[in-house]
Amino acid sequence: MEVRRWGCVIEAIIDIVLLTFLVIVGVAILLVRNLLAVTMLTGIYSLLVATLFVLLDAVDVALTEAAVGAGLLVILMLATIALTTQKEKVHAARQNAVALVVVVVTGAALIYGTLDIPPFGDPNAPAHVHLSPRFTQESPEEIGIPNMVTSVLATYRGIDTLGEAVVIFAAAVGVLLVLGTGRVRRRRDTEEHEDEARERS
Amino acid sequence: MTMFLATAFALLVTLALALTRAFLGPTIHDRILAVNVVGTKTVLMIAVIGFITGRPEFVDIAIVYALLNYIGIIAVLRVFEDTSLAEPPISNNGKDSG
Repeated sequence: MEVRRWGCVIEAIIDIVLLTFLVIVGVAILLVRNLLAVTMLTGIYSLLVATLFVLLDAVDVALTEAAVGAGLLVILMLATIALTTQKEKVHAARQNAVALVVVVVTGAALIYGTLDIPPFGDPNAPAHVHLSPRFTQESPEEIGIPNMVTSVLATYRGIDTLGEAVVIFAAAVGVLLVLGTGRVRRRRDTEEHEDEARERS
Repeated sequence: MTMFLATAFALLVTLALALTRAFLGPTIHDRILAVNVVGTKTVLMIAVIGFITGRPEFVDIAIVYALLNYIGIIAVLRVFEDTSLAEPPISNNGKDSG
């Protein structure tokens, strides 16, 4: 029991420190003008968020965050920078009072909304009373898949998952169309040159 | 438990140092190294959190993270090898006067 209590304290401290790091990295991403540095900082941000997800017990989400955020996204951004430029254009700072008011009011409304959210881990929260019991108790019989997350994603939320897959496929095709063409053409050129050289020899 | 506390503290300090290098790092290679260090600290942090909360099976997840981190850094370095990003920024009187 004593061990568990100490564990909670240490976890809380790690949480606070990691969240502080997140804020610092976020501000740095805003301030730094070198886009390569910003890309690397985005990778660090994703890794920190992934650690926080592990602390929240969402290990699968953390894995996705680390793979996509720190791996794939960084590479896509580097490929984009390779096609464009690595210095951010600095526009003359314009203060827009209306925008500030809109952001502050929206943020205040969202924070006010969180006051109604049940506390973290509350067993009487609507999410744990309404659908979860059915999923956890009846999905093994209804679906027959041992892993409940998989059975929910593949059946109860099947159409939603199909939609997600379509969105991701479309995004991947779009990104490949934008980024891929130049490199493919270049590689094909070199291959043709090699072929010609081979034919000549 | 004291040992885990000390380890967690040391990891957070190392994380702070790596972040400092990522902010200051004059060349892009410093920053790539900083990302790599942060990734390694994430792996260790997950393992330590697993033992602190009494779930040693987190070590498996930490190993997957180690693989991801390794592959990710290799991929980033390949991008730098293929393109000319790592070179010093070209001055405007060079070839790209756009």
